[in-house]
Amino acid sequence: MAAEGKIDPMHQFMIQPIAGSFQGANPFVFTNSALWTLIVLAAIWLFMFGGMKREIIPGRWQVAVEGLISFVDDMVSVNIGPDGKKYLPWVFTAFVFLLFANLMGNMPFGVVAAAHPFTVTSQFTFTGVMSIITFAIVLGVGFWKHGLHFFSLFVPRDAPLIFKFFIAPIEFMSFLVRPFSLGLRPFIAMFAGHVLLDVFGNFVVQAMNANSAGGIGISILCFLFIMFVSVIELLVAAIQAYVFAILTSLYISEAVNLH
Amino acid sequence: MDLASAKLIGAGLAAIGVGAASLGVGFVFGSFLQSAIRNPAASDGQQGRLYIGFAAAELLGLMAFVVAMLILFM
Repeated sequence: MAAEGKIDPMHQFMIQPIAGSFQGANPFVFTNSALWTLIVLAAIWLFMFGGMKREIIPGRWQVAVEGLISFVDDMVSVNIGPDGKKYLPWVFTAFVFLLFANLMGNMPFGVVAAAHPFTVTSQFTFTGVMSIITFAIVLGVGFWKHGLHFFSLFVPRDAPLIFKFFIAPIEFMSFLVRPFSLGLRPFIAMFAGHVLLDVFGNFVVQAMNANSAGGIGISILCFLFIMFVSVIELLVAAIQAYVFAILTSLYISEAVNLH
Repeated sequence: MDLASAKLIGAGLAAIGVGAASLGVGFVFGSFLQSAIRNPAASDGQQGRLYIGFAAAELLGLMAFVVAMLILFM
């Protein structure tokens, strides 16, 4: 953590090797990011397989899993239409992975010193690759279904001809920016929230060390603020996963239906 | 003015954009609530659009945060 008086909120995002080191010849090093990805995967498997019992009268766990699946299924079928079932696997994977990874990063495992959680979605490599997969699906489905007619996505149908010349390049630029903005959103939301928590966590300790009556008051205020921000972070974690899923299904819907 | 203090001032100016995005997010949810109270039956069907509007407004604030972080740490 931070040294004396110096706040270093970036330290928590450092990728550190757990087994092996970056200096050696072997480029495949087991890092804390890899470890926490596996932990998130294990949590998802635990949750999903715990509920996939297919009982006629579902228990609580099965209701939770089925509710999650039908939630994403509804979102996909509303946004994409009757063809949407085919794209459910990716949208569901992205939603559940982002949800679990975001929530795992907020869990207070840090009370045990060695188990400080690493938020895997606070790295742009993760969310960026997820948005690249989404746009591989969008481009693949678009060109496979519509061929070169896919480019009519950029031209508004009922606009006057003179407007089409202006709007088509703008639509094209906005399409090019989308993969970037889609991946940037969950990454920055997690990143900013964790920086905020780290900075105020440092304020708590530093105000306590100031050894004055006001210091204790500021420390308590900062602690209450951390509790508030932690709750907001849980909300943001869910909202960002939801937004990623809904935008993914929306972009796929544009490729499938062309307007 | 030396470079370090100019950096800090620039990062602080870039953080104004985050506040501006908060206006946008508040406007999105506020106008949704206004119309949802007028017609509560139709509001559930518009939740998806609500979050798309929220995401679009929020993204620009997040961009401002990125710019502030880039100025600070690059």
